[in-house]
Amino acid sequence: MTELLNNLSLGLSVAITAQNLMYCLFGCILGTLIGVLPGIGPVPTIAMLLPITYSLPPIAALIMLAGIYYGAQYGGSTTAILVNLPGESSSVVTCLDGYQMARNGEAGKALSVAAIGSFIAGCFGTLLIAAFAAPLAEVALKFGPAEYFSLMVLGLIAAVVLASGSVVKAVAMIVLGLLLGIVGTDVNSGVARYSFGIPELTDGIGFVIVAMGAFALSEILMNLEDKTERELFTKSVSGLLIKWVDFKASLGAILRGTALGSVLGILPGGGALVASFAAYTVEKKMKPKPGEVPFGQGNIRGVAGPEAANNAGAQTSFIPLLTLGIPPNAVMALMVGAMTIHNIQPGPQVMTSNPQLFWGMIASMWVGNLMLVILNLPMIGVWIKLLQVPYRLLYPAILLFCCVGVFSLQNNVFDIYLTVLFGILGYVWAKLKCEPAPLLLGFILGPMMEENLRRAMLLSRGDASVFVTRPISAVMLGLAGLLLLIVIAPSIRKKREIAFHEE
Amino acid sequence: MKLSHNKNVLAGLMFMVFGGAFFIGALDYSLGSGARMGPGYFPRMLGGLLFVLGIIIAIEGFIEAKKSPDEPIGWHIMPMVWLLGAVGAFGILLAGIPAFGVPAMGLVAAAAAMIIIASIAAQDKKWKEIIISAVVLSTFCALAFVKGLGLQMKLFPWS
Repeated sequence: MTELLNNLSLGLSVAITAQNLMYCLFGCILGTLIGVLPGIGPVPTIAMLLPITYSLPPIAALIMLAGIYYGAQYGGSTTAILVNLPGESSSVVTCLDGYQMARNGEAGKALSVAAIGSFIAGCFGTLLIAAFAAPLAEVALKFGPAEYFSLMVLGLIAAVVLASGSVVKAVAMIVLGLLLGIVGTDVNSGVARYSFGIPELTDGIGFVIVAMGAFALSEILMNLEDKTERELFTKSVSGLLIKWVDFKASLGAILRGTALGSVLGILPGGGALVASFAAYTVEKKMKPKPGEVPFGQGNIRGVAGPEAANNAGAQTSFIPLLTLGIPPNAVMALMVGAMTIHNIQPGPQVMTSNPQLFWGMIASMWVGNLMLVILNLPMIGVWIKLLQVPYRLLYPAILLFCCVGVFSLQNNVFDIYLTVLFGILGYVWAKLKCEPAPLLLGFILGPMMEENLRRAMLLSRGDASVFVTRPISAVMLGLAGLLLLIVIAPSIRKKREIAFHEE
Repeated sequence: MKLSHNKNVLAGLMFMVFGGAFFIGALDYSLGSGARMGPGYFPRMLGGLLFVLGIIIAIEGFIEAKKSPDEPIGWHIMPMVWLLGAVGAFGILLAGIPAFGVPAMGLVAAAAAMIIIASIAAQDKKWKEIIISAVVLSTFCALAFVKGLGLQMKLFPWS
């Protein structure tokens, strides 16, 4: 316990230096901004900013990028409540009751309960990271290549199960991602694989390029096809101070959402999106109190639960990244990239070799959450103004920043042309309902998986049974198999479709 | 029954093409053995797996298409051409094409051209707005990224 306090105070001393506070603030504001704007999410934003963080000290860079991720969770709810559009994919369910509250003239109440719920969840998530990171990292240090390989298999399968849409297609996207990930020089043999004699490809495809093409470009294209009108409820934003009765009514939902979100965030493939769906379902299943507004018509619990859950999930999804070095979702996959740019190998050793960075980042998350709650409510007017900017002006700017980001990655124009190619692919995938998130995860894990598979097989002298004879590895593979069986089973398949249909 | 309207048929074919291509490409790399995997081992395994998954998805789509005809997917090619054309133009203007003697025009021209070309994709475009945003954003890029953050980029054709 005292160790935990010592660590946290070390972290705080790092986080509240003037420079780091500034980057934290910048990250939070930028995160809220892109969260508010529909059509651009944390994945392309972080991808875009990665090359720029190269000139910053590593701790400042990571603090800023983390701020973007959880800031986006706050911002997304504003758009959901005021425009009935999810500013962020994780606030899809907030639309359901949040927008209805705004229509009933309770926009202020909805916004403040979302912010307070997010804050409580954010604080709890941060504490959880601080408490569990050390013991988990210790376990992870005992992992051999076989365990790592099986863990990655489990992570990828879990990502598929928790995603919406067809399971087989998602598995295929993972495999395609793994294959794209191994383009470039093979570390063991020095053979340049799939480089077609192009020197730029011998270094592999930059994940920023894949993320830009598959997420940013295709998202813009899909938005340009969408002709739904936006309706903005701005006049009714008043009464941002929440009343005690409302707080009491939503506290239970906030706590349940926090608990659920924290657990789902740790699981691979989880994170903010799944957490918010699960929390909404739980709240809906709870027995309503007499006189309570029904769900779908502006129930405050329908805003509080999912908002708390998505923020908690966003926080705790840092745990697998920081302790195992394995990204549980697409944003964390980009954080791996950010760490490698700064020569930090993500994994259990970060905590011991780089305690200032590790604890500084964790403490900054708490500071950032505090900033967000203070910032968000008074600045609501600014965000409303921003929502009135027409999309025809926004998307060329987004595209431009993406291109500058891609180019500055290696100062090489080849990367820009490659982005065009991935833009086409991204559009095709979006049209064919093949989700790009599993692909990006596979892309990041591809080289790691091959390396661990090779090492495990080398150590066992080519005996593949090593994956099932080592207990930890066997358990993880078993879990992965079980998960796959569960989703393929017809009865659960139907239920899952219904759950995701509610969007 | 129009198979080109079914998402799964098309997706399955796409995965089969990718899987097949990676598999055939991997035949050039040595396979090695289980204990000492060569560079061809992992890609051959995955390429084959992807091909099989593609077949499964395509068959699934085929059955679906037989049961009920799908709506056309609705490919919108023109917005994509403008958007990706804008990205390509940005690259060419920024760095030039040395092999063909096309000179580099620098970030300011590239950014302005990109904004203008990309804006064409919108249905409710207004030219006055587009020109203003091209000027504002290219100035912003030059100031923020090159002057402010110190990224190494050529600003003008003569710099």
